[in-house]
Amino acid sequence: MATMTSAITTTSDTPARWQDYLQLLKPRVMSLVVFTGATGLVCAKAPIHPLIGAVAVLCIAVGAGASGALNMWYDADIDAKMRRTRGRPVPAGRIQGAEALSMGVILSMLSVMFMGVAVNWLAAGLLAFTIFFYAVVYTMWLKRWTAQNIVIGGLAGALPPVIGWAAAAGEVPLNAWLLCAIIFMWTPAHFWALALYSSEDYEKAGVPMMPVVAGPASTRRQIFIYSLLFVPICLVPAFTGLGGLPYLAVAGAGGLVFLILAWRVMRSRAGDSADPRLDGRLYDVRAGARDARNLFAFSILYLTLIFATLLVEAVLGLPTFLNLIPGGL
Amino acid sequence: MSEPEAPQDAPMQAAPNRSGQPDPRLQARRGRNIALALGLIAFAVLVFLVTVVRLGANVLDRPL
Repeated sequence: MATMTSAITTTSDTPARWQDYLQLLKPRVMSLVVFTGATGLVCAKAPIHPLIGAVAVLCIAVGAGASGALNMWYDADIDAKMRRTRGRPVPAGRIQGAEALSMGVILSMLSVMFMGVAVNWLAAGLLAFTIFFYAVVYTMWLKRWTAQNIVIGGLAGALPPVIGWAAAAGEVPLNAWLLCAIIFMWTPAHFWALALYSSEDYEKAGVPMMPVVAGPASTRRQIFIYSLLFVPICLVPAFTGLGGLPYLAVAGAGGLVFLILAWRVMRSRAGDSADPRLDGRLYDVRAGARDARNLFAFSILYLTLIFATLLVEAVLGLPTFLNLIPGGL
Repeated sequence: MSEPEAPQDAPMQAAPNRSGQPDPRLQARRGRNIALALGLIAFAVLVFLVTVVRLGANVLDRPL
């Protein structure tokens, strides 16, 4: 805590602009959350007024932003030590830590209460749990304590489609949790691929990411194991009445590419040694770590594609894969 | 009782500095204020619209 206090009380000559407060909300993370939350809402295929649906997605977005602000408040000390994050408003001194904390708490309460009053209290409860899980369980506890931080903490990022589904239907059936499981199982391979070529930063900040604790070889092996578990789960929605034939094709073909890339990462030397010729910009790749970068980039594309396919199928009202089989399964 | 003094470092207008450029602190504050005002107005409009949608025709179903 001492280091955190010193980091967050540093002030900058640059005055805080409204864009700095927007940056506190992690807009890039927010956009992914909005996308998956909206997919859950549409896939529920429940009658919901468009404005109420939009309010539900807005509340999910604001709740995610509030979590981001709380994360930036608490993690200012480690953010200041990492190249990727040291330009954030709090470690850079443009915004005081107390301001980030206030903003996070106020927006959390606002998003949960508005979701409850305008949409329903099941969605509001799930949103409150998601914010709590990200800000307290992941940020304050898991992140600095265990190498399984992003595995367990991934639940926070996986819940938005469940919240969206609950907002539309007022219930959370198996298919909603399936969307959650897809993101949950996607998270380790995605983040560890990134960590393989930025582990020096995490090591410097004292964050026990898997490559730092277990080493690159073990991380590469675990990425492949998680990929073996992840890809079959992506196919399941086609057999539970959620996805159609286009979904099965996209999830199957993309899943195959995902496995090939994960296999290449396991066979590579990603994360083994730093290349002194590089100055460590975020997406620069250490010698031998190109495979990890490819998997990281494709993981984003793959998740986007399968959720976009589900979204398009639901909007167009395309038949599910089960409906195409005569007599069903 | 004397009137409270206005803070020295918080003038009400974005006065130009010696070089003739507007003070960046005041420009930043103006931007923050505008963003906050727009956010509050949007929130008020949203609450109004949600109320209309949620209550629907029932909004007239009350003793006048």
